[in-house]
Amino acid sequence: MGKKLRILIAKPGLDGHDRGAKVVARGLRDAGFEVIYTGLHQTPEMIAEAALQEDVDAVGLSILSGAHMVLIPETMRLLREKGAGDILVFGGGIIPEEDKKALYEQGCGRLFGPGTEIREIVEYLKEKFPDS
Amino acid sequence: MMDELREKAARWQESLANDESQRRETVSGVPLKALYTPLDIEQLDYLRDLGFPGQPPFTRGIHQDMYRGRLWTMRQFAGFGTARHTNERYKFLLSHGETGLSVAFDFPTLYGRDSDDERARGEVGKCGVAVSSLEDMETLFSGIPLDKVSTSMTINGPASVVWALYIATAEKQGVSADKLRGTIQNDILKEYIAQKSWLFPPEPSMRVITDIMAFGAKEVPQWNTISISGYHIREAGSTAAQELAFTLKDGLTYVEAGIAAGLDVDVFAPRLSFFFNSHLDFFEEIAKFRAARRIWAREMKETYKAKNPRSWLLRFHTQTAGCTLTAQQPENNIVRTAFQALAAVLGGTQSLHTNSMDETWALPTEKAVLIALRTQQLIAEETGVASVIDPLGGSYFVESLTYELEKQAYRYFEAIDGMGGMVKAIENGFPQREIADAAYRYQRLVDQGRRTVVGVNKYQLEGEKLEIPLLKIDPEVERSQCERLAQLRKRRDNLKVKKALDDLKDACRSRDNVMYPILEAVRQYATLGETCQAMKDVFGEYREPPMF
Repeated sequence: MGKKLRILIAKPGLDGHDRGAKVVARGLRDAGFEVIYTGLHQTPEMIAEAALQEDVDAVGLSILSGAHMVLIPETMRLLREKGAGDILVFGGGIIPEEDKKALYEQGCGRLFGPGTEIREIVEYLKEKFPDS
Repeated sequence: MMDELREKAARWQESLANDESQRRETVSGVPLKALYTPLDIEQLDYLRDLGFPGQPPFTRGIHQDMYRGRLWTMRQFAGFGTARHTNERYKFLLSHGETGLSVAFDFPTLYGRDSDDERARGEVGKCGVAVSSLEDMETLFSGIPLDKVSTSMTINGPASVVWALYIATAEKQGVSADKLRGTIQNDILKEYIAQKSWLFPPEPSMRVITDIMAFGAKEVPQWNTISISGYHIREAGSTAAQELAFTLKDGLTYVEAGIAAGLDVDVFAPRLSFFFNSHLDFFEEIAKFRAARRIWAREMKETYKAKNPRSWLLRFHTQTAGCTLTAQQPENNIVRTAFQALAAVLGGTQSLHTNSMDETWALPTEKAVLIALRTQQLIAEETGVASVIDPLGGSYFVESLTYELEKQAYRYFEAIDGMGGMVKAIENGFPQREIADAAYRYQRLVDQGRRTVVGVNKYQLEGEKLEIPLLKIDPEVERSQCERLAQLRKRRDNLKVKKALDDLKDACRSRDNVMYPILEAVRQYATLGETCQAMKDVFGEYREPPMF
């Protein structure tokens, strides 16, 4: 066991549906991760900044508004620009398969859909960070 | 007789297994017995607690003849892309028997921002229709006579401005404000609790709402100036009892604010309406609607001393629970929605929106929304359930559950009163925390398989592929919308716009009713974003402390 994994759960965009984000944040905390939640209505700029300041290993973006094709790539681009391209960006929400494919090709981590069990997300993160 | 029954019931119970395997509870965690008898409703007095339809406490319905007199309004929540796309969808729905319109706005609009606002990028027209100016509103209702339809608009933070856009659109059609019928949601307390599209902090928000109630009572008398909404509270993960308690407490808080602003309760209270969720637990939902009517009638009459019987009536719209729909095997959602719609009708709703099967994936296609509308028409015209009023009234089980939910709501009322009222409770994060706890508890039950979700944690299809078509919003929508706005800003009289916005700021600083200067600003084609910004300049903006 290495250090505790630090995860930023973020809600980009204007949608206020935060049930999923909050449930996942709690689930990850109960699974032993350090979890920081940004709160609502974040810009990609605010999220990238928070990720750096909090020195997180991964950023989980929750988007249900349909704006994922703008907000996810923009967050990843800003992280790279700030020299933090190694931070894993993953996410969840309502994201059609073809959009998922396009985002995976850009280096995005797993995107979880509705009906996901929390343990799937925990297992995924443990796999991605085997040392923690 | 009751003693004999008590004894016989106890004997019947003896031979029944009574262990963990027999434990059942509602979705909200209310424990359920295997059987209910008159013993479970001993505390109820028929005339006091049930009465007759159309008579206090309205447990059995608010109209004497209920659906025999008039069916509920079939109102599908619709909006996507540009005003022109949505206008076509409205005409489609009206031509297929829909009886009222309901406008779904996109997130930038809900958040009081124009389509060309930097924060709107990627969101324009996605989850609803983009309406940034009077021009958009005129297009949205082009060819739809506003004196003939009733329109519900799901809008909260910027409700004053969007309502003004609607009134100004009617003026252009030659329809005066006193002819307009419909509802603005305008429930800002619920936004802080659940939906989270707010503009200003709670206090100035409450002031704008009392201005709206006063303006409505005077100028738009047939309009429902608030639809107090539990729907989003439930979607955020609350239990039925929490939805009931927080929604009614929000409603009572608006009543108190109106009275404190010097309004006569009997002038504005008859224009308050409600909006509930119809979730999965069939009987619990029916009980919730019945309890809501009883509590509201009692509180309005006894606590707030309303004299007009119309002030005691709890009228409500219902939407089936979007959060219960599954992305897996989406056709199953048609069935879920039908059960939920039936519960709403058995609960006595005045208006209903049935969700479409594809809504976990996208906004509905024409075909999907038509099935959802047909579901309502089937219930109304084929099942016979609309023939008898409150057909489950008197059921030992339903009456007992109605009473149980009522008790739970009062427990919450007491807790909130102990904190100094709803606004204080929200500032403390109390309802937010209660809801987040309930949402997490529910998710754990699902993850553990203790709560079945067909197609998700049971009866899955291996390698399922999505086989239904989805509605796609063209990214072109955002570009063309921004271009139209840029042209509008050039074309209009910008001096008049500036003057109108300055007048609005003055009204915000004083005690003058803000509705009049807002109406004047939108007539001059001040945009939604500009008008909201003028108000934010005076009122400030709300920021939520992040918590989970």
